[in-house]
Amino acid sequence: MTFMNTLFGQGRNGLQSRQQAGQKTLPFVAILVISTLLACASNLLLTEDSPLYVSTYTITLLGKYLCYAMLALAVDIIWGYCGILSLGHGAFFALGGYAMGMYLMRQIGDRGVYGDPVLPDFMVFLDWKSLPWFWQGMDQFWFAILMAVVIPGLLAFIFGWLAFRSRVTGVYLSIMTQALTYALLLAFFRNEMGFGGNNGLTDFKEILGFDLQADATRVSLFAITAFLLAVIFIISQYLMNSRMGKVILAIRDGESRARFMGYHTERYKVWLFVYSAIIAGIAGALYVPQVGIINPGEFSPINSIEIVIWVAVGGRGTLIGAIIGALIINYAKTRFTALFPEAWLFALGGLFVLVTLYLPKGLMGLWETLQTKLNKAAPEAEIEPKDEIKTGVSS
Amino acid sequence: MQLKKLIASLTLVSASLVSIHALASETIKVGVLHSLSGTMAISETTLKDTVLMMVEEQNKKGGLLGKELEAVVVDPASNWPLFAEKARELLTEAEVDVIFGGWTSVSRKSVLPVIEELNGLMFYPVQYEGEESSKNVFYTGASPNQQAIPAVNYLKDDLDVERWVLAGTDYVYPRTTNKILEAYLTSLGVAKEDIMINYTPFGHSDWQSIVSDIKKFGSQGKKTAVVSTINGDANLPFYKELGNQGINSEDIPVVAFSVGEEELSGLDTTPLVGHLAAWNYFQSVETDSNDEFIELWRAFTKNPERVTNDPMEATYIGFKMWVNAVQKAGTTDVDAVEQAMIGQEASNLTGGTALMNKNHHLSKPVLIGEIQDDGQFEVVWETESTVAGDAWSDFLPGSKDLISDWTAPVKCGNYNTQTKVCSGQKF
Amino acid sequence: MKPIITLIYCFLVSLSTGLMANDLANNPTSLNPQTSNELRLALTQVKLKAMPPLLMQIKQLEEQQALPLFKTLLAGRLYYVKADKRLIQMQKKGKERHYFSLETDQPLSELSKNQVKKVKLNNAVRRLLKSTIAELELNHPDPELRQAAIESLLKNLDSKLIAQLEQRRSLETQEKIRELIQVALNLFQLKTNPSPAKQIEAIEKLADRLEIPVKNQLTQVAENSIHPEVKQAAIRALTKIEHATNRYALVDQLFFGLSLGSVLLLASIGLAITFGVMGVINMAHGEMIMLGAYTTYVVQLLMPNHIDYSLWVAIPAAFMVSGLMGVIIERGVIRHLHGRPLETLLATFGISLILQQLVRSVFSPLNRQVFSPSWMTGSLEINPVLSLTLNRLYILAFALIVFFALLTLLRKTSLGLNVRAVSQNRNMAKAMGVKTGWVDAMTFGLGSGIAGIAGVALSQLTNVGPNLGQAYIIDSFMVVVFGGVGNLFGTLVAAFSLGIATKFLEPMTGAVLAAIIVLVFIILFIQKRPKGLFPQKGRAAE
Repeated sequence: MTFMNTLFGQGRNGLQSRQQAGQKTLPFVAILVISTLLACASNLLLTEDSPLYVSTYTITLLGKYLCYAMLALAVDIIWGYCGILSLGHGAFFALGGYAMGMYLMRQIGDRGVYGDPVLPDFMVFLDWKSLPWFWQGMDQFWFAILMAVVIPGLLAFIFGWLAFRSRVTGVYLSIMTQALTYALLLAFFRNEMGFGGNNGLTDFKEILGFDLQADATRVSLFAITAFLLAVIFIISQYLMNSRMGKVILAIRDGESRARFMGYHTERYKVWLFVYSAIIAGIAGALYVPQVGIINPGEFSPINSIEIVIWVAVGGRGTLIGAIIGALIINYAKTRFTALFPEAWLFALGGLFVLVTLYLPKGLMGLWETLQTKLNKAAPEAEIEPKDEIKTGVSS
Repeated sequence: MQLKKLIASLTLVSASLVSIHALASETIKVGVLHSLSGTMAISETTLKDTVLMMVEEQNKKGGLLGKELEAVVVDPASNWPLFAEKARELLTEAEVDVIFGGWTSVSRKSVLPVIEELNGLMFYPVQYEGEESSKNVFYTGASPNQQAIPAVNYLKDDLDVERWVLAGTDYVYPRTTNKILEAYLTSLGVAKEDIMINYTPFGHSDWQSIVSDIKKFGSQGKKTAVVSTINGDANLPFYKELGNQGINSEDIPVVAFSVGEEELSGLDTTPLVGHLAAWNYFQSVETDSNDEFIELWRAFTKNPERVTNDPMEATYIGFKMWVNAVQKAGTTDVDAVEQAMIGQEASNLTGGTALMNKNHHLSKPVLIGEIQDDGQFEVVWETESTVAGDAWSDFLPGSKDLISDWTAPVKCGNYNTQTKVCSGQKF
Repeated sequence: MKPIITLIYCFLVSLSTGLMANDLANNPTSLNPQTSNELRLALTQVKLKAMPPLLMQIKQLEEQQALPLFKTLLAGRLYYVKADKRLIQMQKKGKERHYFSLETDQPLSELSKNQVKKVKLNNAVRRLLKSTIAELELNHPDPELRQAAIESLLKNLDSKLIAQLEQRRSLETQEKIRELIQVALNLFQLKTNPSPAKQIEAIEKLADRLEIPVKNQLTQVAENSIHPEVKQAAIRALTKIEHATNRYALVDQLFFGLSLGSVLLLASIGLAITFGVMGVINMAHGEMIMLGAYTTYVVQLLMPNHIDYSLWVAIPAAFMVSGLMGVIIERGVIRHLHGRPLETLLATFGISLILQQLVRSVFSPLNRQVFSPSWMTGSLEINPVLSLTLNRLYILAFALIVFFALLTLLRKTSLGLNVRAVSQNRNMAKAMGVKTGWVDAMTFGLGSGIAGIAGVALSQLTNVGPNLGQAYIIDSFMVVVFGGVGNLFGTLVAAFSLGIATKFLEPMTGAVLAAIIVLVFIILFIQKRPKGLFPQKGRAAE
């Protein structure tokens, strides 16, 4: 099995792109913050008939995209920077989502259809007499948030600790992560588990006392998501530029070499995996109040593979690439599933093949190539990446 | 031919999408919220086409309130969060007057908060587990007392069944139905050891052990039947295994609530012949209106072999009632239509009339059919009169005191007759 | 108008049958053709609930002569002409229906679908028909039918039947059937003889029988008998039967496990080649299986009148279709991604999405109808508590044949030699003149083709639809990884051990939990032994 070495035989390029990405941190964060503020302001301040009005529907949609972007960031950190391809990151996302969902469920209180002050509706209806132990404390916001971070982190730690210590690498690891999310999918589908089975958790009323259906709450959630995405982006960028980041890149490009140089590679990998899982958990926790439902479908292996595709399309090994990939593909999905439901899978499938064949570094790689070719940078073109898809496909 | 269909549907869908942005209020907009891709597309695409056909028919008759009806189709792609998102899109962006949609329970549960928040109106056309009544939803499919309980009565009275296997896929509809049935059977004096309950995951394909257990359970000298709430793809392997292990419909009949004409059209029916299904509609019922409907449907889909099924009839009845209610109210305003809906009557395709009750559920006849080798059902039993759908089961401890009544003075979806308290959605 | 006629008719019928019952009581051997015809006519008129008594009357009246009628009715082939209520039989040829006279088998080509109607029946009627036919067939020349008839009669014995059985015993030449009749006589003795000594005698004779009615009767005796010694004897006999049953139940469970294992083996064996030997992760592997299943569907469409042979055509066809698709994928995509396994994973996942959508567009998203040949339905009955289903038995054998054929191919042919050479050291093989590109394409085609064959087998067990492949992909990866990548024999052991483990867990935990436990076990196992059960030796270092 020599493929780990050949897999990323592009170390220098990766380093280059990383430095370039580093330069883009500031403009990217600025764009994110400004567009978020503008969107929020236009929703709250303008009236509905104003041409610049951003509807609450759009705000919620954008909030969802940003959660996905955060998730893509999480995958990129381990895949793009450390060469660990996780096909189970949806699991961490869903676990974070469930933690938040449980909190929101407890907030319903006696407003459920059966009017039980403590038990959620689905428990009343399945004859649960008391709240199971893992639901205890979930009525406290701080505790639920803690769990949204700790549970994915802990799972990632256990899994990573076992796997990386035994030097399970490459495709084996990918398949194991897929098995992990699949096992969780099956488990959460079971009604006996006490997570609402296939129906999952829904019909949320309020968060921290704020009505979830109010425009202001939705806008705030969106703003918080954007803010957290920016923060995580900056931290991750900082981490990847630090000494630790360099070791991580070294592991990606040649784990044995890094190990022989005296680094405990598995420790780096475990902690990076945990960090990534925590980001995915946060993304999940932000996602649930905005879309209003969490159910086991989020664990399905297909979802996790899709995340990887976002990263691949955007360009792995660059944090911006992951974010852009997630935004573009999800926007396209929203548009195209409505327009061509039957053609969407063809398009998505074709995209996978074309990107892996012709754009191994994704859109960001293409952007770099274009830049070097033109020898001149045109910074404002960055927000128009759709054209790049066209050139990418036709080239 | 498929390509042509693809192009046709593309133009249709894109045409309807373009019109989302047209601001004309000259039309009455009918939202269609059925998955066109993903796992549920198999079942839901049919219902989308049914609504489109009904819209077309209504327009041929001159539309509604002098306006043209316009269908707005979106694709929630069998993705539950997407159902909520698309419902919001329909109500706020396209500003539809009514939505026909949903199939799985979770899709309805996902849409519910949105539709209540934005005060929309939705027709849900599939049999479901009950335990719900929203002011904004009309349930035109069967609730458990319109499918499961009559089926059990038939098995008990006509086939002298004494032992019961309740087999289902592990999700909320089978769970609830089986709980109701368990309580009902116990109330009839069936002993605990004469009831076997079994749950399997979605798409379960290896039925060897379970069928062998059923065989053992059924060989104790008492007549045994299986009440199946097994969903979708798991059915064929289940029936195949039954047949291969030598269990036929005379020994242990299986009555199913999720196996209809559409599902059967993709199966080798040999192992299913003689087993039963309970629905409110079968394509094989010979009435003039049904023949007409089938012909219309086949002409609309340009497929002379196309089958019809129960959720289609539920969509048909719902649509007819909505049209009548809008005419009665003289407006498409949700609150006015909601009140006008109650008491609406529409003729069933199988004869008789369906009535919309105060709890937003229908009174409909219940039929039991035996599966034939051509994928159709032969009616072997039917209720003498219509059965009113219960929003809240009388057999569950949590909900036996609850009623739903959307007329004054109660105006409540879950009103406790003991404590006189209304919980849930408030107005 | 119509209901009134029916009413009058029913009245007349009930009147005449009532009269006839009296008549029969007086003179049971007399046969009145007039009444028999009327009874038969009544079949077209009565409600389902009134059918059983009517049939009993016909049986009493006509005895053996009623057999063709009953059999036609049971098969659901009994129709009547709407105009004159004449009973006829229908026979299906493909999709067309042909009608024949019930008595003479003369074709009635003038009748069309709209002129005739089916005589309805339900499960209660079917049950009655079956036992009635069994009773009438006690003297059938075919010993198997006789045996089946007696077996089905064990449930409800009465003195009249016993007399018939005793008579039969004196004529019976088959030892097995004589034994069976003896069981029936003993059962009847246990049920009706008041003497405890006789009852115990009967119990002791029944103690080594596994027939279900025997067990039920003994249970009843053990619970209700007023004589303690009879009770004791019944309990002793029951424990004995229980022991035997449990032994067979274990065999049954083992068979279930082997059968699940064979499905896993079939699904993963192609992957064992593409993934194990070539190191390519083919996420479209499931779709190769799906293509094989769809090929079976198409083959059956092309030869609708020869379903029994269709699988023999489908197997090579599926191998070709999936194999060709595999070669195309290899040449078109995978070749360019050589040595980048994670990228191959993504690209092939894309291909899997495209293939799924392709069959959706071409064949519709609905499941497709694949028939089972008649030789694959039913089961091999070893004794009353142990029967092995034929389709699973064949698939088990088929999986093993495919496996060993593949093993031979890899070990004994020059292609196999090349494949192994390339997988062990690509550059060296190239230097020795092996066309590595060609070998890659062939290997991938072979793996895909075998997946296609697996699809033919799976089409006999489960739905043929666009999602077929998805259902097996994770399981197949688990099997290959668990067995040890690159080791075909490991795949075999892994498939069967996982199958058996799942089936032994299932009764304790339920299907879902069993699947979860097995998955978690594999995850943990791989952490402990990253290279699986049988790691590849030699140059497998990172």
